Amino acid sequence: MMDNISIGQYLPACSMVHRLDPRAKLICIALEVPAVLMTFNLLSLALVSAWTLLAVILSGIKPRVYWHSLKPLWVLLLISFILQVFFTPGEPLIAVGIVTISHEGIVHSGWLLWRISVLLLLAAVLTFSTTPLQLTMALEWLLSPLRRLRIPVQELAMIINLALRFVPTLFDEARLLLLAQRSRGADFTSGSIKERVNRLVPFMVPLLTNIFSRADELAQAMEIRCYQVGAIRSRMRVLRFESADYAVLLVSLAILVTVVAMIIF
Amino acid sequence: MQCIEVEGLTHVYFPGMPLETVALRGIELTVYDGEFIALAGAAGSGKSTLVLHFNGLLLPTAGSVRVFGRDITDKEYRRQLWRQVGLVFQFPERQIFSPTVFEDIAFGPRNMGCDSLTVNKRVKETLALVGLPEEIQAEDPRTLSGGMLRRVAICGVLAMRPQVLIMDEPGAGLEPAARQLILASIKEIQSQQGITVILITHHLEDAAVFADRVAVLHQGELLSVGKTGEVLSQTRILHKAGLKAPFAVEMAERLIESGIKLPTIPLTIEDAARLLHGLIKTTGVEPGGYNDG
Repeated sequence: MMDNISIGQYLPACSMVHRLDPRAKLICIALEVPAVLMTFNLLSLALVSAWTLLAVILSGIKPRVYWHSLKPLWVLLLISFILQVFFTPGEPLIAVGIVTISHEGIVHSGWLLWRISVLLLLAAVLTFSTTPLQLTMALEWLLSPLRRLRIPVQELAMIINLALRFVPTLFDEARLLLLAQRSRGADFTSGSIKERVNRLVPFMVPLLTNIFSRADELAQAMEIRCYQVGAIRSRMRVLRFESADYAVLLVSLAILVTVVAMIIF
Repeated sequence: MQCIEVEGLTHVYFPGMPLETVALRGIELTVYDGEFIALAGAAGSGKSTLVLHFNGLLLPTAGSVRVFGRDITDKEYRRQLWRQVGLVFQFPERQIFSPTVFEDIAFGPRNMGCDSLTVNKRVKETLALVGLPEEIQAEDPRTLSGGMLRRVAICGVLAMRPQVLIMDEPGAGLEPAARQLILASIKEIQSQQGITVILITHHLEDAAVFADRVAVLHQGELLSVGKTGEVLSQTRILHKAGLKAPFAVEMAERLIESGIKLPTIPLTIEDAARLLHGLIKTTGVEPGGYNDG
């Protein structure tokens, strides 16, 4: 059931994308997302798609893995696509009873589907190629100007880091609990909604209890190792921008500028 | 009679993905009706993955698993396998969810469709089987000690009266006395009710005392399987699997290495004591190494 690799998982590989500075990757995403959202003509869409495709290819991870990890989301995307097709007003193409499919509907929703897919792929490239630790380091660096506003950036980064670190652990815990209760005959898949909610009790109660006791243990372990809020912490690995990082940043910026320019002119 | 037949079982986690791991490779194993078999192996040797196949929670990547003669790939059969094959996970007290001990033990029997009279009877009987007092039924599980809680969790599975009982390290993290108590009561249930017990352990002293047969797993492969005495005296295989032979076996090996002839290899402390006693009697040795004969 949870044997699937989810979108947030880091997949170790020795690729160009993996070697990039996480800060560069994060900034690229920050530049690329508005670019994707602002595309309105085929040229701009082709531009962002090609750049994303290049990242996917250079990430050294098989396209099949991308396909697998995005598969659960496809259902959602397809449903939204179909709804959009039916409910966008415009010049009717086919009409069956009260249902009409308009030309605008298809174009509009196809456009949306394509752009969301590009965004999802971008997110997948980032998380597949970057460890949670690298991500939080990058985030901390990007947010560091906020320190002047007395926002505890380092602590926020630590919280995010811990949360990400424990996602797979909690998945394992949840998987084991599901198996354990299923082997005592718990049935989570049939019955009315009220029944199903009731049936979740044997799963949710121990899950929450275990999460809290884990959090408690973690807090103790951190205190034992003298973790202090507000203390200045040093890094084992210091991030450094290389020429490749500047190059990808430049290309991403160029794409954003081009897309914006196409809107203005 | 065969109860579980495993043929060429291979299990791969995340097949085709970068995280692909082969957890089991070509396992051939038969478990017979009514026996007590121990599955031994280091952490990550595939013991837990193997038993998850036995009640249909995992499906083979290759090969087949038959339980009571029927293949577990049959979906309908797999769905009701939990009624016959009870599985006690590692640290089962972590899955307790009810406000009272009674409710938690009653969960399984209720899911099987037992009426409340039967459920009451079963809870009472099962508590007695593992040596817990009847009054504990009304208690809040959170107030119990770790060892007690472990026994309550095991009761939750025993109360379903499974024909096959699989236990994953039931003694892990408990004091020796509690571990002994749990295993002794399982052994008693096995011999009284004729159920099949599969015990996962890396503590071979337990296997030596309780198991009829032992299977040794190493990195997903079956290194050895056979009568407890045969398997546990193969110290080299056990060491390869990252295990330690029971104290008595290790001691006998040292004695043989130093040139003392032993009539048999002892498995348990009792065997060893008897053997030494016999040796001392026949040679007439006194403590201190003097011979008074």
